[in-house]
Amino acid sequence: MKPVFMTYTKKDLINLAICMVLSVIIIPTFIKTEYWYTSILIPWLCLALATIGQQIVMGYTGQLALGAAGFMAAGAFAMFNLILRVPELGFIGSLAVSGLIAAAFGILFGLPSLKVRGIYLMVATLASQFFIIWMIDKFGWFKNYDSSGIITAQDIVILGKPFTTPLAMYFVCLAVTAVLTLLAMNMTRGSTGRNWMAVRDMDIAAESMGVSLLKTKVQAFAISAFYCGVAGALFAFCYLKSLEPVAFDIKLSFKILFMCILGGLGTINGAFIGAAFILLFPVLLNSVGNNVFHGAIDATIISSIEQVIFGLLMIIFMIYEPLGMAKLWENLKQKFGSKLTFSNIKNLKSPLSKKF
Amino acid sequence: MIDELLFFMEVLVGGLLAGTMYSLVALGFVLIFKASATFNFSQGAMVFFSVLAFCGFMQDFNIPFVLAFILAALLMVIVGLCTERLVLRPLMNASEDTVLMATIGLGYVLEGLAQAAWGVEVRRLDLGIGDFPVPWIADNLKLFISALDITAGLVAAIMIIGLFLLFKYTKIGLGLRAVADDAGAASSIGIPLKHIMLLVWSAAGVVALVAGMMWGARAGVQFALVDLALKALPVLIIGGFSSIPGAIVGGLIIGATEKILEVYIGPFFGGAIEGWAPYVLAIFFLLYRPEGLFGEKIIRRV
Repeated sequence: MKPVFMTYTKKDLINLAICMVLSVIIIPTFIKTEYWYTSILIPWLCLALATIGQQIVMGYTGQLALGAAGFMAAGAFAMFNLILRVPELGFIGSLAVSGLIAAAFGILFGLPSLKVRGIYLMVATLASQFFIIWMIDKFGWFKNYDSSGIITAQDIVILGKPFTTPLAMYFVCLAVTAVLTLLAMNMTRGSTGRNWMAVRDMDIAAESMGVSLLKTKVQAFAISAFYCGVAGALFAFCYLKSLEPVAFDIKLSFKILFMCILGGLGTINGAFIGAAFILLFPVLLNSVGNNVFHGAIDATIISSIEQVIFGLLMIIFMIYEPLGMAKLWENLKQKFGSKLTFSNIKNLKSPLSKKF
Repeated sequence: MIDELLFFMEVLVGGLLAGTMYSLVALGFVLIFKASATFNFSQGAMVFFSVLAFCGFMQDFNIPFVLAFILAALLMVIVGLCTERLVLRPLMNASEDTVLMATIGLGYVLEGLAQAAWGVEVRRLDLGIGDFPVPWIADNLKLFISALDITAGLVAAIMIIGLFLLFKYTKIGLGLRAVADDAGAASSIGIPLKHIMLLVWSAAGVVALVAGMMWGARAGVQFALVDLALKALPVLIIGGFSSIPGAIVGGLIIGATEKILEVYIGPFFGGAIEGWAPYVLAIFFLLYRPEGLFGEKIIRRV
């Protein structure tokens, strides 16, 4: 039995302490407006978690997948049904089980990865996206035969205590995200992650070194879908507060892909940076549109401009810095010699130099 | 019995003809993949961009049909030129996955630009060909087949024959095939790589425009075209990424299968299985014949 937790360096512990103080003490004391919690911090944590899922399968294992939103939908609706039908599980129990249900889908739709890669795999994972959304949409049981199309999510109750204020929901998301992020970092630093990266860098070589492709790839897909499932459940219950299949369409999958790539493939902190950027940039653009041009620019034009900028950034990053913003951050740190770091990025050199 | 058979024929023919519309989109992918081994994920966005530009020229500026078509085609040549200069050339030595990601970005840019320039509302495109059954066929063969479907089939056939002849018998085609085989070797014997790329991207742009006009006449010119174009991906997997006939056969298979499944099996599951059936079909093909029906065998070296 291998230990789940690795040994940490002093730097890691300092980073952990900084993040904890920042998120548990500083943010709740200084940010009082509900808007920040309901529209920025909560979706940021949820989407960052989903992006970690995408990172595991794409950044660490090198499998091009495009179905994160499908697994999020599976998680969200599993959560709804578990709370509805098996109330004994409680919130945390349901969250874990809905993650596992998403993981089962992940295994099923990850199987083609054993045969194909690249764009071929992308098409196979698109099947999961469309199939899961269709399934939820067409079988009334998943929606408890609700005909309105939008179902209100149940209130979050943990150990008999309701968590309904934005601040309380923020803490729920924070706790889940923190635990899963730590676990993900452990996995990526341990033998699990080394196997993933071996498969990413050269699968045939990895296989000849004794890494089981079947086990590694299926494991990566399962864990990735688990993260997406939990993220989807949190996204629906803490952010949207409603459940509708349309919220998890292909656009969300692309968004998560962008977060993953712009943030920095093969890094955990890249997931947080990427999610923050993709989430905050439209907010910034809208406020510029409202305050500088006083609404002279149509909202649809602003959203088109936002799309153009995301696309341009994608191209620019692919040309000049395929490792994304996490690498820019690292470069900046090296330049100023600061010791501040939020996570270990020691694997930055190898990740995608070959494949990306 | 005879009625059932007729109905089946109608579904089949309708599916096959609708499949040619997928083929038209897939053709653009194949052109670029054949010449540069680049998977152009932005083909769907190019379809949307070009046909929205065409509609914009025609409806906002009252430019006549033929002139609007030429202008839209010229615009696609410019898009091809910019893509070659600004996206592909800097990524010349990058891996194929990097280029794929860059083309996803390019798709976003094109979608955004199109909507910023011509608005987001659904536009109606009238080609003068109705999307209703042809009376002559309905009377004589008792089959209800849309005139638009038949036109799309004919257009697809003409484009395919044209491209096939271009690839097979012209000097340009020879150059294209040489570049596809080994870009480095081709440029070392004096084949102008950038001209070839420009040509291919422009051709793909014009193909996208034609495909967009067909789709636009049926479903309206709107953002949903991008999602429809995604269905060209299973078509390519079935037909093979580097084969023009493959794109056609793949399109026909997808079109026919999805219609037949929808009509005969769909009702048991509440319908709308068209959305995912092509992808699942593609997965089965991937498991048994990953290179597609007409594709070249994928060989990977360690």
